[in-house]
Amino acid sequence: MIEAVGLTKRYGDKTAVYNLSFQVRPGTVTGFLGPNGSGKSTTMRMILGLDNPTSGQVTIGGYPYRRLPNAPRQVGALLDAKAVHGGRAARNHLLCLAQLSGIPARRVDEVLGVVGLQDVAKRRSKGFSLGMGQRLGIAAALLGDPQVLLFDEPVNGLDPEGILWVRNLMKALAAEGRTVFVSSHLMSEMAVTADHLIVIGRGQLLADMSIKDFISANSADFARVRTPDTEPQLREKLSSALTEAGGHVLPEQDGALRVTGLPLPRISDIAHDSDVRLWELSPHQASLEEAYMRMTQGAVDYRSTIDQKAGLMQPLPPGAQPPMPVPGQGQPDWYAPPPPQQGGQPFADGQRFAGAPGQPTAGPYAAPAPAPGAAPAAGGSPNPYAQAAPQPAAPNSVPSSDLTKPEDAR
Amino acid sequence: MSTPQPPMPQAAPTWQAAPGPSHPGYTSPIPVVTTHLGHAIASEWTKIKSVRSTMWTLGVFVLLVIGVGLGAAALVAANTDPGGLEGENPLSFGFFGLLLGSICVITLGVLTTASEYGTGMIRTTMVACPSRGRVLAAKAIVFFVVAFVVTLVSAVVVALADVALLDDARDPTGGEWLKGTVGVSLYIALLGLLSLIIGSIIRHSAGAITIMIGLLLAPLVIALFMFAQSLEGLREALFEYSIPNQLSVFYANSLSESGPSGWDPLWIALGVTAAAFAGAYALLEKRDV
Repeated sequence: MIEAVGLTKRYGDKTAVYNLSFQVRPGTVTGFLGPNGSGKSTTMRMILGLDNPTSGQVTIGGYPYRRLPNAPRQVGALLDAKAVHGGRAARNHLLCLAQLSGIPARRVDEVLGVVGLQDVAKRRSKGFSLGMGQRLGIAAALLGDPQVLLFDEPVNGLDPEGILWVRNLMKALAAEGRTVFVSSHLMSEMAVTADHLIVIGRGQLLADMSIKDFISANSADFARVRTPDTEPQLREKLSSALTEAGGHVLPEQDGALRVTGLPLPRISDIAHDSDVRLWELSPHQASLEEAYMRMTQGAVDYRSTIDQKAGLMQPLPPGAQPPMPVPGQGQPDWYAPPPPQQGGQPFADGQRFAGAPGQPTAGPYAAPAPAPGAAPAAGGSPNPYAQAAPQPAAPNSVPSSDLTKPEDAR
Repeated sequence: MSTPQPPMPQAAPTWQAAPGPSHPGYTSPIPVVTTHLGHAIASEWTKIKSVRSTMWTLGVFVLLVIGVGLGAAALVAANTDPGGLEGENPLSFGFFGLLLGSICVITLGVLTTASEYGTGMIRTTMVACPSRGRVLAAKAIVFFVVAFVVTLVSAVVVALADVALLDDARDPTGGEWLKGTVGVSLYIALLGLLSLIIGSIIRHSAGAITIMIGLLLAPLVIALFMFAQSLEGLREALFEYSIPNQLSVFYANSLSESGPSGWDPLWIALGVTAAAFAGAYALLEKRDV
C-alpha cells in the first residue's frame, strides 16, 4: 500500500508535483499516467525516498521509505534502465544489490533466469540494448521478492514479446497480492495491464479511478450510420426519425451520421420503418488513448508543431499547388472526438475527478470539445472491426449498458 | 493503438475473491535479514572489484610507484661517486613514484563515488539501501583498505629494493621504515579517501578529479611564482603545507626546515578528511539523490 498525502515538490520556482494525494492498493496493477514532464518520475523518486518532498508525505505500508524496515525486501523498483554502471557485468550488478539487501547470492541467478538474461550475465551492461537494460532493471526490482513494486516506463524499448511478458508479469505479481505501481505514457499499454488508473498532468491529479470507470467517464460510444450517398434526402429523413426516437445525431464530414443514445438494433428498426437503406451501421467506442489524450491535452508541456521549414523551401513553380498538410500534424485537437452527450453516462457515481467537481466528464485541463469529424484522423481512432473482443460482463460491476451496447447489438 | 480495454474485468474479480482482507499482502519465502554495515561493505567490495577502472588505475599506480621508485634509485646509484650518498635515507627515493602515483589513487577515489552519480547507479543503490550514510561509510572503508594495502605493498617493494640498490646509504632506522612504508601508505590512502568524499560532494567525476589534482599541485605551483616580499609568509605556508611537501616529510627530506614534521602530515590529512566526511555525510542525507 502506497499512500501519498498532499505531496508537493518544487525545484526552484518550478513546481514538479503539486498537492498530489492518492493510494495504491495491493492486489491490483495501478497505472500511473501523464504526459512527458508531468511529474511521474518525480513522484516515483519521492515514493522511494530519493527526493524529499517540499511538503506533504508519501508512505509505504505506513512508513516513509527511508524509515521502512528492510526496505529493499519490501519494495522493488525499476526507475531507469540506464541506472546501472555500464562497466559492470549484469550478474555483478545484481550481486552487489543482493549483498546490500542481505539477499542470498543464488537469488541473483534466479532473477536472471526470470528475465531471460542468464546467457549474458557475464557481459558488461554497457553493451546491452535498451530492452536488455529494461530486463536487467526489472531483475533488480524482483531481486528482493518484494511486496510493493514500482516500475517507471517498464516497456520502453522492449520488443513485442517483451511487452507481453511485462504485461503478464505485472498481472501475475498483482494476482499474488502485491502492490504494483506502473508508470507509463502509453495509454494503450495501460488499458490492457492496469486495473486502476492514476492520471496526472502538470504535477496535479487529473483522475484516480478504475479503468472501467475511466473509460466510461471519458469515452463516447456511438454508432456510425451511413445512408446511400446518392440520395441525400434519405439522410435527412433518417436523421429526423432518429432524433424523434430520442437519439442524438451529429453529421460527420464525410456524410455519415454519428448517433448516440440509441442501441444499434433500434437504429436498424427505425431505418427500416422509415424505409431508409443503410450502407453502414457500425458500433464505435472511443479508445482509452483518446479519453486520456482528451483529459491531458491541456496539460501537455511539450507539444509538437508543424515543421514549417520557413525560408528553406524551394519557391514553388508557378501554378503549382502547395501540398495539403497531413491531417493530424500540429493540430492540438485532432485526436479528440467530443463526448457527444454528457447525459446517460452510466458511471457518473464511480468517477472522481480531483479538483474539478463541477465538471463531470472533463478534467480540469480539458479543452473545449473540438470539432466533430476530427476523429477519423486520429491514430487511435476506433476501428469498427477491432471490437470483436468479447466484452465479458463484469459480475460485480454496475451494468455497463453503454459500454456493451454495440456488442449486444451484433 | 486503440485497444478498447478487453481483459481487465476478469482480473479484478479474481483477486477480490481469492486473498481477501485477512491476507492483505504478499509474503516472500526468502528469509528477511536485518542488514547492517557488513552487507554494505560486501556490496561495495563487489562493486569496486567488478569494474575495469579499478584495475586500470591501480595497475598504473603500482607501475608508477615501483617503476619510478626503482628508476630513481637506479639512476642515483649509477651517477654518484662512492660515498656520495653518505648519511642519505635510501627510502626517500620512493617519494617520486608515490607523488605521481597519487594521481591514480585520487582518480580511483573520485570514481568510486562520482561514477555512481554519473551512471545513475546511485539511485539503484539508494533504493536498495535507504541508509545513505551507511553506503558512504562502506565505500570509504572498502576504498581506504584497498588503497592502503596496494600502496603499502608497492611502497615496501620499492623500499626493500632501494635499500638493496643503494648500499652506500645509511641503514634506515625502525622509525624511518615505519614512516616510509606504513605512514606514507596511510597518507596516500587518506588522500584517496578525501577524493572519494569530494566525489560524493561534487557528484561529477571530471570536476572532482580536477579539484583534487588542483589541491595536490596548486599550492606548490602558486608558491613557486610568489615573488613579492610581502607575501613571503604565505608563500612559506603554501610551500610547507603543499601535499608534495607533506609527503616528503615522511622521508624526512622536507623541502623546508619549518612546517610539518614527523607524523604531522598524517594528522593534518586525517583532520581534513574527517571534516570533509562529516560534510559529505550531512549533504548526502539532506540532498535529493
